[in-house]
Amino acid sequence: MYQFSGKLKTFSIALIIIGALGIGLSFMNVPSSLDEAKEIIANQASHDGGYATSHEEVKKDIHQMDVKEEAFSHSDEAHHEVTKENHEVADTHGDNHDDAHAEHVYHQLKNKPWSALYVSLFFFLGITLLVLAFYASQRVAQSAWSVVLFRVMEAITANLVPTSIVMLGVIIAAVLHINHMFPWMAEGVFDPTSPNYDAIIDGKSWWMNLPGWAIRSVLYLAIWNTYRWFIRKNSIKEDTANDGYKTFKLNYNVSVGFIFLFMISESMMSWDWIMGLDPHWFSTLFGWYVLASLLVSALTVIAFVTIYLRSKGALPAVNDSHIHDLAKFMFGFSVFWTYLWFAQFMLIWYADIPEETTYFALRFNEYKLPFLAMLGMNFVFPILLLLNSDFKSIPWFVVIGGVVILAGHYVDVFVMIMPATVGAQWSFGIPEFSALLFFLGVFIYTVFSAFAKANPIPKGNPFLEESKHFHYYNIEHRGEGSADHH
Amino acid sequence: MESSKVIHAFYNDDEVVLDAVKTVKADGHHIEEVFCPFPVHGLDKAMGLAPTRLAITAFFYGITGLSFAIWMTNYMMIQDWPQDIGGKPSFSWFDNMPAFVPIMFELTVFFAAHLMVITFYMRSRIWPFKEAENPDPRTTDDHFLMEIPVHNNVDELKALLSKTGAVEINVVDKH
Repeated sequence: MYQFSGKLKTFSIALIIIGALGIGLSFMNVPSSLDEAKEIIANQASHDGGYATSHEEVKKDIHQMDVKEEAFSHSDEAHHEVTKENHEVADTHGDNHDDAHAEHVYHQLKNKPWSALYVSLFFFLGITLLVLAFYASQRVAQSAWSVVLFRVMEAITANLVPTSIVMLGVIIAAVLHINHMFPWMAEGVFDPTSPNYDAIIDGKSWWMNLPGWAIRSVLYLAIWNTYRWFIRKNSIKEDTANDGYKTFKLNYNVSVGFIFLFMISESMMSWDWIMGLDPHWFSTLFGWYVLASLLVSALTVIAFVTIYLRSKGALPAVNDSHIHDLAKFMFGFSVFWTYLWFAQFMLIWYADIPEETTYFALRFNEYKLPFLAMLGMNFVFPILLLLNSDFKSIPWFVVIGGVVILAGHYVDVFVMIMPATVGAQWSFGIPEFSALLFFLGVFIYTVFSAFAKANPIPKGNPFLEESKHFHYYNIEHRGEGSADHH
Repeated sequence: MESSKVIHAFYNDDEVVLDAVKTVKADGHHIEEVFCPFPVHGLDKAMGLAPTRLAITAFFYGITGLSFAIWMTNYMMIQDWPQDIGGKPSFSWFDNMPAFVPIMFELTVFFAAHLMVITFYMRSRIWPFKEAENPDPRTTDDHFLMEIPVHNNVDELKALLSKTGAVEINVVDKH
């Protein structure tokens, strides 16, 4: 049995406390009135040109049609011309423009700590969920290689409980209008007599309405947590069941059902929780894209926890071929993510329909560095590092590749959420970093204490023996002689 | 001539031939060739063959294909005749890059795949109308054949091979 070391426990609790303090601090630093926000804007303007773009961004909101022209005319000449035109048109609006701008920025600043929390929350919740889905897929596929990793995956899914509870809190806060991340939840959006009335969103109100959204959100969390609770309990039961694999078959059947429900709930979750942040925008492959991003991160996390536990001697049955296969999955799904990312981007770029293009125009103009860096981190780097078969079985190579992949997909989630909620007011500072530390602490605490609670080897699984002898033909296992495999 | 003689040892099971290869290698004999009707996992390692470098060549062929695609799209669409086609920005290659990605991908795969296959054919000396080299037709059906060159040690080798489970041992002249 694995023992959750006191050192690691202290470390995770320290992360949770530091993270919680930082999150509290960032909520206190939010401007409490419009005047305070104006002061912040004035400070930004005196700083430089970097923040001046936020001014432009607001104008773009007002002149949606202009954005289309500017969207991807990267050539400097065209860019300047359009910007100039924007300025001229904007100036005719006169005085009340400044007030509108200040209010806009005020809302974005109020969204900042919520969004910072939400990005990390979704990142960790999503990864944990996808570990659960991958685990279910391994049961359904009756794959033998991964059986010795089952307890690692089960332990990781323990993180689903705390992240779901925090998510529930965010959902309740949204329903009670405590946060304003979702523009369609604002007052008067569905009311034709209100100045806030939005006919486009009103047309989607059969799906985008508060009760429906809240019920669906709770339902997703309920489905995932129920399966996790059930499969964890019954997987441990398998160890001692001795009932002619009846428990094993039951787990198989339940996993089949979960995969079905998961595919539906994951897709709808990505519409409700992420795409709903940009209620004017829509993309048909968005659910898959979110899935790919979380899946590659989930496999990286499985590899990390496996490599760590193996280095502590807690996983004697795991050999280099298991690491190799995890790395192969990391590599393959990195490519899969890139494929979906590009398929979504290129179709929108190519057709350049204004209502779709604004999504990328905003991201390309205001988030250029994370938007482009993400492609290097999620595609180019893992491709070059993990292409070689030998590298894939060397733990520290996998760790280097994995760190970049995880950071890249954090940025991916960041670029999905932040532009819609804080727009040009984004930064990576105390709010974002503390949220990350907080959820990392929760992750370490729940995962390793869950791993310590069960036998690290799932003894009752009929494929266990095959998994222990899993050997990828190309790999020379370190610390083994030629007699160990044949 | 003594050195042109070889021993042909026949086996009828892949596990047996794998163990036989290990025994013969352990006894310090050089194995010229092993003929099998299908791939035997671990045979290359048992014989001590160097790993293939075909994957490395494929990587470089892929880079070649990618470079070719970039050069071609840049020359045709940007340098030679930068027309406005449906409002696509042909001011520079990067402006219009997303439209070229499908071509870049396909040409990378095309070059990597085809040139690697051709490399394989050349290194393995396979081509149409090539005369078959199998010393016994049974090696393409249900027999395995180990070929060992003889250096004044026929009897010793025969004794060793018969111990490894060979079903037939012949000494033949190699031309």
